[in-house]
Amino acid sequence: MECENAQSLIDGYLDRELDPARSLEVEDHLRACGLCSQSYKDHQGLRDAVKSAEVYFKAPTDLEKRVQRAVRQVAKAEPAPRWRAWSWIRVTAPLAAAALVIITLLPYFGGLSQEELLTRDVVSGHIRSLMADHLVDVASSDRHTVKPWFNGKLDFSPPVVDLVAMGFPLTGGRLDYLNNRPVAALIYQRDKHLINIFVWPSSKTGGTAVTTTARQGYNVLHWTDSGLNYWVVSDLERNQLEKFVELLKAPPSRSP
Amino acid sequence: MEGKDKLARFEQTVLPHLDAAYNLARWLTRNQHDAEDMVQEAYLRAFRFFNSFRGVDARSWLLSIVRNCCYSWLQQNRSHELSTMFDEEKHSVNADASNPADLALQSADHEMLVKALDLLPLEFREAVVLRDLEGLSYKQIAEIANIPTGTVMSRLARARERLKRILCDR
Repeated sequence: MECENAQSLIDGYLDRELDPARSLEVEDHLRACGLCSQSYKDHQGLRDAVKSAEVYFKAPTDLEKRVQRAVRQVAKAEPAPRWRAWSWIRVTAPLAAAALVIITLLPYFGGLSQEELLTRDVVSGHIRSLMADHLVDVASSDRHTVKPWFNGKLDFSPPVVDLVAMGFPLTGGRLDYLNNRPVAALIYQRDKHLINIFVWPSSKTGGTAVTTTARQGYNVLHWTDSGLNYWVVSDLERNQLEKFVELLKAPPSRSP
Repeated sequence: MEGKDKLARFEQTVLPHLDAAYNLARWLTRNQHDAEDMVQEAYLRAFRFFNSFRGVDARSWLLSIVRNCCYSWLQQNRSHELSTMFDEEKHSVNADASNPADLALQSADHEMLVKALDLLPLEFREAVVLRDLEGLSYKQIAEIANIPTGTVMSRLARARERLKRILCDR
């Protein structure tokens, strides 16, 4: 280990925050290097001085009472008194009634169809997976890791194919929720574009052809095959995404 | 959680960490009066958001709220302190081993240490306070300060190196 590296690890070593292997490496270096061993001793001395110098400021005695009083006051004001609850209902009830009428009548005046609603949910699911730092539950490019991960989490087993040779490496899998049920989400990648595939069982046994739509700049493809619904969404170009779907439906036979 | 139940649970799990809250606030604001105000504000905020508290580590949760309150306050009242933070990556540790700290430490008393700590840049001071005074792990500090654990380690290294310089130079 070089001094520069050791210097950056000395405090982690001192605070017992390194993993055992690293810890041993630092220890070996300190035994051999006078310079680093001196800074270790210095930092140890400083840490112990700070710890023992009684520089911990305890709360002044009346602060607890003051804080408690303030919190209790807020707590008292929190549950809305009855008359206020009623006045709130008086204002919102007509609004709620109007909303109910609109919701009931909407389908007759060109409301959203089941398919459009689902498309919207799929796109939302895709965007959410990119935003929330929760793209994958199981991160692996190996289909033999991703597929079994769903065991015991879903009542079906989503097909996972290896398309890395075609330029679509697998990134991982995730549990998601769509169409009022838990679904499997598989994530593939093409260069910097991420592709989410949502899979769940269909009520129909047969298959349907691929339907392509675009929403908010995302391409959405969906079809049914062997009793499973597939929804693919990505910001990838349409023809590339269509090619990906072709590969997905008929994966090239794998060499043994 | 409703009314009385929430208050009782809050007082049981969060109120006992008053000293930790005050100590952090005192070191971040560097004076008693403002620290007390920060603690009260943090507790009110914590109570408002208590329904969203899911963890078991009430102290870390409270401390992250105290820290947020203090930082907003510093931004409004002492924004120059927040801008004194220099680029951590560009300034390497540069250990000064030719000048051992033993002697300086032997003669350093309580008051000198408080002064030296007060002189540290905000982010360094907070790392030392959370680690050496509060005894938190790097992981807990990383969550409170919203930084990677590696940064916690490098901040502590630089903080201790600075403390050494301050104490040796006096």
